[in-house]
Amino acid sequence: MSLFSGRDLVCVRGERQVFADLAFDLAPGGALLLSGPNGSGKSSLLRLMAGLLRPAGGTLTWDGAPVADDPETHRARLRYVGHLTAVKPVLTAAENVAFWARQAGAGVADVERALAGFALTPLAHVAGRLLSSGQRHRVALARLLAAPGDLWLLDEPSVGLDQASLAHLSAAIAAHRAAGGRVAVATHTPIDMPDAQTLSLAEFARAAPVSGGSGW
Amino acid sequence: MSTFADVVARDLRLALRQRGDAVMVVLFFVLTATLFPFAIGPEANLLARLAAGVIWVTALLAVLLSLERLFLADFDDGSLELLALAPTPLSLTVLAKVLAHWLTTGVPLIAAAPLIALLYNMDETALPALMLAMFLGTPSLSLTGAIGAALTLGARRGGVLVPLLVLPLYIPVLIFGVAAIDAALAGLSARPYLLFLGAIFLVTLVVAPLAAAAALRQAVE
Repeated sequence: MSLFSGRDLVCVRGERQVFADLAFDLAPGGALLLSGPNGSGKSSLLRLMAGLLRPAGGTLTWDGAPVADDPETHRARLRYVGHLTAVKPVLTAAENVAFWARQAGAGVADVERALAGFALTPLAHVAGRLLSSGQRHRVALARLLAAPGDLWLLDEPSVGLDQASLAHLSAAIAAHRAAGGRVAVATHTPIDMPDAQTLSLAEFARAAPVSGGSGW
Repeated sequence: MSTFADVVARDLRLALRQRGDAVMVVLFFVLTATLFPFAIGPEANLLARLAAGVIWVTALLAVLLSLERLFLADFDDGSLELLALAPTPLSLTVLAKVLAHWLTTGVPLIAAAPLIALLYNMDETALPALMLAMFLGTPSLSLTGAIGAALTLGARRGGVLVPLLVLPLYIPVLIFGVAAIDAALAGLSARPYLLFLGAIFLVTLVVAPLAAAAALRQAVE
């Protein structure tokens, strides 16, 4: 059974240590719920898992092999949805999703299914600039369905979503996990994820700054 | 390779749907070049001698003006993060974006250059040299500019920093670009200068995507 794990992870942002000695294991079909107050490093941990951020210490491994040794393979299996939606104002919802699906190596056929998964079919040909912020967020989430990937990294996926869209999100995550996918979610609002492990980042916080100086 | 074509197609489509940016570059090029005769005076011989220099300097400035939009929109809306996370090497994606940038700025500048040459009464025997020099030189401008644009992404008022970083690197292109035209005007062969422009292009073609990709990874961290 392949595990995605982190050991002794240390994250430093701008001379401030966000967390240290953090460890996690994520098995196929598993879900990791990152909790903690603002600034406890939930987003940083997700960016670290994605490879956007380099850990100041510790290792990330996939099936025992360090992720840093083969970043291309790791990038091919992960899907990241962050705070920014990457929806281009002059492209339609369908064009936006299709572009990212092809970047991740999926066909155009998946786009319609992905849009339907977040009830975006009626908006498929509406330009990004005409979408509301919640709708734009749903377009970003539809990218997850357009190109299958093993590991979903979701940063505050429920922000700005209405009740119906939240249900779509829960359904999408459940289907992804049932198919053996894994998901790591940073959120403040509860998302329906049965038997998810909770990782409380506040436990790994260190108050002391890395260096003595306070910078400027 | 298809993701490369996709990025080019997307950037071209974006440029086409917000035409203002590309038009502005050519407009700036033509308008600035037409200002010189008003300032210098209408003496035909003087203008003909200045033509090569004016064309190249204004083309450089026009490219400089367009560099900011190379990565900034993608950086602001999160697209850059996703491009950095795509399985395609980021340097290849940078190359695709630079190609789209050249197609929307370099090519219109090349097309507008003969108009300026005509305006300045430049001898038409030098026109082939002018076109060839522009054709070999403008891709280097886009490529080198990408490094500057990528480096200044995180900085506040990055737009001011780009010219400081990039203009010194543009000087070789400027020198050989003007020299090629001057040689053709003097009845000499423009070939050595064109070869130099080609060499600069090949070096930047290899170095710039790697350097810009490294800078972009820093920016999205």
